[in-house]
Amino acid sequence: MAECFDEMKGADGSVRPAYEGLDAWLRDLSPDVLDQRCQEAELLFRRIGITFAVYGEADSTERLIPFDVIPRILSSSEWTLLQRGLTQRVKAINMYLKDIYGRREILKAGVIPEDLVFQNQVFRPEMNAQKVPHDVYVHIAGIDIVRVGPETFYVLEDNARTPSGVSYMLENREIMMRLFPDLFSRYRVAPVENYPDELLATLKSVAPETAAAEPNVVLLSPGIYNSAYFEHSFLADKLGIELVEGRDLLVKGGVVYMRTTEGPKRVDVIYRRVDDDFLDPLAFRPDSSLGVPGLMSAYQAGQVTLANAVGTGIADDKAIYSYMPDIVKFYLSEEPILQNVPTWRCRDPKHLSHVLDKLDELVVKEVHGSGGYGMLIGPMADKGKLAAFRTRIEADPKNYIAQPTLALSTCPTWVERGVAPRHIDLRPFVLTGKDTVRIVPGGLTRVALQRGSLVVNSSQGGGTKDTWVLDT
Amino acid sequence: MLSRTADNLYWVARYVERADYLARILEVTMRLTALPLAYVGSTNEWESAVATAGCSRSFHAAYPEATEESVKEFLAFSADNPSSIRNCIELARTNARGVRTALTSEMWDVINGAWLELKRFNNAPGSREETLRFLRWVQEISLRFDGSAYRTMLRTDAYWFFRLGCNIERADNTARILDTKYHLLLPEDTHIGGPLDYYQWAAILRSVAALTSYHWVYRESLKPWLIADLLILNPKMPRSLASCYDNLLRYCDAIAESYGRQGASQRKARGIRTRLSNLKMEEIFQSGLHEFITEFISDNNELGGSISRQYLM
Repeated sequence: MAECFDEMKGADGSVRPAYEGLDAWLRDLSPDVLDQRCQEAELLFRRIGITFAVYGEADSTERLIPFDVIPRILSSSEWTLLQRGLTQRVKAINMYLKDIYGRREILKAGVIPEDLVFQNQVFRPEMNAQKVPHDVYVHIAGIDIVRVGPETFYVLEDNARTPSGVSYMLENREIMMRLFPDLFSRYRVAPVENYPDELLATLKSVAPETAAAEPNVVLLSPGIYNSAYFEHSFLADKLGIELVEGRDLLVKGGVVYMRTTEGPKRVDVIYRRVDDDFLDPLAFRPDSSLGVPGLMSAYQAGQVTLANAVGTGIADDKAIYSYMPDIVKFYLSEEPILQNVPTWRCRDPKHLSHVLDKLDELVVKEVHGSGGYGMLIGPMADKGKLAAFRTRIEADPKNYIAQPTLALSTCPTWVERGVAPRHIDLRPFVLTGKDTVRIVPGGLTRVALQRGSLVVNSSQGGGTKDTWVLDT
Repeated sequence: MLSRTADNLYWVARYVERADYLARILEVTMRLTALPLAYVGSTNEWESAVATAGCSRSFHAAYPEATEESVKEFLAFSADNPSSIRNCIELARTNARGVRTALTSEMWDVINGAWLELKRFNNAPGSREETLRFLRWVQEISLRFDGSAYRTMLRTDAYWFFRLGCNIERADNTARILDTKYHLLLPEDTHIGGPLDYYQWAAILRSVAALTSYHWVYRESLKPWLIADLLILNPKMPRSLASCYDNLLRYCDAIAESYGRQGASQRKARGIRTRLSNLKMEEIFQSGLHEFITEFISDNNELGGSISRQYLM
């Protein structure tokens, strides 16, 4: 655990080339100036937060996600590697989804156990034999990546349903360019501001054949009480598309319309930020008031495109995750460029005995658990807890997977009154359209602001950083 | 544009206008009740304030008697009264948030700032000074909101729906004052008041921000029929029924032209507007001021309903 890779200082303590400019700049800068910039950043965010307005009720301003002013920097060769790996992974995910809801070759070949798919709640039988435009299921993916060494990036999670966070990628850059024009002049940082255009192009490219030459694209949000509503309204604004809620849409004669002041207007593509379960009360949860009755039947008739498609959860589920390298090999006949975190599946007897041997070193997760429930962090657990968990694993081994405790890379971060290393991760956003994959150079870097903490989640003291990809 | 967006814009405007109106009513009533009884008579002005706000029934369901305390609480701060000033600001902000990108950032700043600041006034302020400060603050918010809409919004359907909401509410408010106070405004020969009424007349004018305007328009001391004329038929007075309907017709027509289609709302607005511009005050008095006002309130509601059906659902 003690040995972790610092993205600025490397393994041997010498400043890595991509960080030289930042290092010099930090050394020239008085702490007071940096402190002042931090306060300005906070103020700007509050204004945007208030201006764009989400942060909820009474203590609105406190709920801003902390922003760290020191950027995380990736060299162009590091980015090229990530870009190739991400493209490969998302291509494989789309081919896998087509197969799972189609011919099921991968199951026939015995690469993935059938029960992991068919007994999985996120598998959607409604999607069986369903055609989707250009075979794209996951139009927007947010792949979570952690780094443990100079050359080693692991994929921690494939978010293939409704990934969020891209608004922070865009806002963080805006704020940084306003606060630190000098620092930008020392570097050639690849821009990210074209993301909304790329997203719109992606969405338009998958419009149904029945759509007009200029398809009508909308963003479907659960509404103002959703925690990501800020992002929804921000993106709709940047894309120049309508931000709709379920009640704004209606299905008539198998076609989806939105209610406008000039009467019903046809909708061709829905960038939906509503979960499968809530999309259509007739097809899924009948108690959903967020959805649109009949939407699923219009979708199945090919009259409207949903992005992402229904049923993509079967690609990013924890039970499937450990098979992702095999999935890449199966469909692309290539070695995966990005590795998974090594994962032991307790359903396999050999893996099980290893896990039970090393229980005090591993992180054990429930296959269907989420949000950290039913999780064991071996090095932090006492004897009683270890023993209790051992019993649970032995009783139902196939419900558990185990991973080593990762030494996430660190990056210099402004804390109280000084710069210190803090653990980080990365979520780049991968867009897949009719015939291209688009990745804006950058992503959302999350940082664990507590010393020694590995938890980057904003709900637990995590913050964000601007992510720089160098142009040359 | 989305019907929901238009609906939200329309209601943001209505709620802000209503908050402003309630603040004026309360301020004027505080002023009237500060005068010695000899100047205003023994009517219960607080009861009259509740009537002017159009919520007598719900008020009496909650309170036995209209006192300064209970009326201030009910009209300004009550969480239970859906039309209290507090709830108007809350609802305006909720509607605004639902269409954040259809508002300009200046407008959003005003309404969101007001909503945040509202928490400062959490408990019904005790003293008259504090209350007055609150009421002035509400009027300032509405001025800033209206002004930023005027200065920053594109002149498209979003602006027109916003303005429709504002003018429907304003016409309703002016009509309600007339409805409550009509007996004070009857012409001299039928009127059985005395000098007492002077302060009531001034109060009516204050509640529509027209006391100064009155003198500029008529260059006379306060005469009840001229006050009625100013509030009903004078198109120069921004809160008169005639002026509201000049605006309502203009914005209805702008929408129709932009969409290339006329409808029930345009016909209704044109009908009311034509009637107002052809009427004389004497005719209104002859056929009954009270009847005229009652009919106007119902016509105005019908236009609101018609706009809703045609565009907002």
